[in-house]
Amino acid sequence: MELNAKIPSGPIDQHWTNHQFEMKLVNPANKRKYNVIVIGSGLAGAGAAATMGELGYNVRVYTYNDSARRAHSIAAQGGINAAKNYQNDGDSIFRLFYDTVKGGDFRSRESNVYRLAEVSLNIIDQAVAQGVPFAREYGGLLANRSFGGAQVSRTFYARGQTGQQLLLGCYQALQKQVHAGNVKVFSRHEMMDVVVVDGVAKGVVVRDLVSGRIYSDTADAVVLATGGYSNVFYLSTNAKGCNVTAAWRAHRKGAGFANPCFTQIHPTCIPPSGEEQSKLTLMSESLRNDGRIWVPAKEGDTRAAADIPEGERDYYLERFYPSFGNLSPRDISSRRAKEMVDSGHGVGEMRNGVYLDFADAINRLGEGAIRERYGNLFAMYEKITGEDPYKVPMRIYPAPHYTMGGLWVDYNLQTTVPGLFATGEANFSDHGANRLGASALMQGMADGYFVMPLCIGDWLARVNPGDTPTDHPACKDAEREVKEKMDALLAVGGKTSVDTFHRRLGKVMWDYCGMSRDADGLKSAISQIKEIRDEYWQDVRVLGNGESFNQSLEKAGRVADFMEFAEVMCYDALSRDESCGAHYRVEHVDEEGEAKRDDENFAYSAVWEFKGVGEEPALHKEPLTFENVPLSTRSYK
Amino acid sequence: MDLTLHVWRQDGPNDKGRFETLPAKDISEHMSFLEMLDLVNEQLIDQGKEPIAFDHDCREGICGTCGLMINGVPHGPLSLTTACQIHMRHLEGATEIWVEPWRATAFPVIKDLVVDRSAMDRIIEAGGYVSVRTGAAQDANATPIKKIDADMAMDAAICIGCGACVAACPNASAMLFTSAKVGHLGFLPQGQPERYERVLNMVQVHDDEGFGNCTNHGACQNACPKGISVDFISRLNRDLVKATLTYKPYEITAV
Repeated sequence: MELNAKIPSGPIDQHWTNHQFEMKLVNPANKRKYNVIVIGSGLAGAGAAATMGELGYNVRVYTYNDSARRAHSIAAQGGINAAKNYQNDGDSIFRLFYDTVKGGDFRSRESNVYRLAEVSLNIIDQAVAQGVPFAREYGGLLANRSFGGAQVSRTFYARGQTGQQLLLGCYQALQKQVHAGNVKVFSRHEMMDVVVVDGVAKGVVVRDLVSGRIYSDTADAVVLATGGYSNVFYLSTNAKGCNVTAAWRAHRKGAGFANPCFTQIHPTCIPPSGEEQSKLTLMSESLRNDGRIWVPAKEGDTRAAADIPEGERDYYLERFYPSFGNLSPRDISSRRAKEMVDSGHGVGEMRNGVYLDFADAINRLGEGAIRERYGNLFAMYEKITGEDPYKVPMRIYPAPHYTMGGLWVDYNLQTTVPGLFATGEANFSDHGANRLGASALMQGMADGYFVMPLCIGDWLARVNPGDTPTDHPACKDAEREVKEKMDALLAVGGKTSVDTFHRRLGKVMWDYCGMSRDADGLKSAISQIKEIRDEYWQDVRVLGNGESFNQSLEKAGRVADFMEFAEVMCYDALSRDESCGAHYRVEHVDEEGEAKRDDENFAYSAVWEFKGVGEEPALHKEPLTFENVPLSTRSYK
Repeated sequence: MDLTLHVWRQDGPNDKGRFETLPAKDISEHMSFLEMLDLVNEQLIDQGKEPIAFDHDCREGICGTCGLMINGVPHGPLSLTTACQIHMRHLEGATEIWVEPWRATAFPVIKDLVVDRSAMDRIIEAGGYVSVRTGAAQDANATPIKKIDADMAMDAAICIGCGACVAACPNASAMLFTSAKVGHLGFLPQGQPERYERVLNMVQVHDDEGFGNCTNHGACQNACPKGISVDFISRLNRDLVKATLTYKPYEITAV
């Protein structure tokens, strides 16, 4: 597997400009001869599809949702970063770049991150022009707030529904292109495999989830904008449908999978309330701007929050990290919360959370101001827990949220399979070992609107349009494989439901490959995953048939892929014998319990090559160099 | 909690459909309504019966995928709440629960509680956007927008497109949905150039898709999980009247 990142030459602030000039172009009259398939309709998918449609390419979008507007980008709450420096607090493209590289604990590719920071400016302009109703000040200009891991206010937001508003902007742009006839959207369609002809991606196999029909669609390029894989943990903040299938199928067809073990645990989620919990709900990190995190200083203290006097509360983040305090980065905040709960300081009926307290902010600013900022989040919290956060502190606990790992891509967002691209959370490129808050929307939109539509031209200009018919043997083979897998799942006829298996897998992953990891645990996880997988194929029960709307069958296919994928995640965590960002190996911590990086041996992206189910994948390395942000130990003290 | 569920089962758009009575025992009040359905489904699978099909995704009230009539009320008994945010404690005292899909001509049933809402996408397609090319935007702060206007736009823009308004309306009208988009863009300077063309086209498609007319019942506002006001329908009507009387497409006036 060859890993050529194709990083442009010259000073980093010229990379993108130079690259745009150097890329080949497709002349306007020829653009309509090219077909592009986009899988997924979140920010990175819908943005790319709408923009490519606008440029004149024929675009087809497939999404498992019933409408493009439901992609999981919609659930992002807090905001989107951009180096606009509207607050005059010293922000700049370089500072956003610097913060992101440092926040990612020096495991991302500088050149990609710089481009991200650079186009962040255009994103806000674009969204405002589309009519995204960002929060504004009384003077009519855009408002900002600060977010974890940054000391400037660069986050733009639309109440607590920033992701929703940005996605609706994308979705509307997409629908406009549908109306214009440049884009076709196939909702309730799931991508089941990639069609590869002579090593080049030429299309996909999809399943119409309503009729069960399995068929191929071919094109001159395929873009995967299929999000992350946090649902490998079963309980996560992801929507129930989020899955790894598209990325995993691409991996099986030759696309390298980079840093799968870099998974982010979000510090502010509502703790589980019982055994039947089906997903976890995130409370936006923006709450940490005004909320103070604490636990009872005394172990096993069961008094109500109000009965614990100030002197017996431990505001542990403010204590450990005086300069960042409650705004410390996600990985650090999450780990500290786990430590507190593990050491008997947990709060709530199940003793499984920490307090996020707004009493000080309400006293200082008034309840009205807090309602204005977080009203919908507070309402959401009350609905779920039955507790009023204006009166009693919220209870929060970390939960799997975002996956920095993903398909390896070069500077053009192309995977190791030519013609196959990956954008947004589905790729690995920008966040290293940890993502800073309000950066996921930024990356989705950067990739979708500004990077993919340009880079795709450079690829298309080199290929002969429309050379693969849908009855090509490669299509037929892929279709047959998909069909066989569906039939096999239906034929098992076991006793145990798909969800039961998914829960079991999730528990193994959370226990051994979650917030903290060690070599023995990971080895044990690998063998447990194999066992669960073997059992799955002997005992899963999927009712109904493949020729109709069958939600159990959909789930069964996705869980089968998670079971193969989980193993490479553990191999990655095992082979990365250092701690960095969200990857916390208990063998590698400093005196103060912080992650200890090993730059000498691990300053690389680990890229895995598929060698067969149950076989150990092959490791390839993309070395990382840091010429613009000097390697340093992250400190938020 | 021990409950008796009456769940709508329908094999496909051409099947007549029927209620099926199912027991749901030992339900914890902390469970969400959909987790209760998950549990019932697990029991059905255990008995070798096909589970109930229902749409859901984010399970936190923002994606708009879920949509159920719970005891005849869209999204259940709590105001400003989607079905996925209902917890069993909100149904305390209930012993029988009737669960049905959205019922509207424009929303054909796919299976059980799952309906096809693609008609709403086509309403947006008809004009629910600002035509702006990627990369062609001016600086975001070049046009100040009054906070009150931005806030009003946001009040409309928070629509999640779930279809509860249609399910609640005796005419199965999607006018609240349509007016939310017309209102969102109509409050902003960016939405002005296409304002009147937009309302004409969106309302035309709304009618063509088989949604009924608005006759000011206001049931939509009560059912809306995001609290979108019927005032937006009034605003749409004003725009529509103005557009009908004055809008002249593509007419070039000689100076």
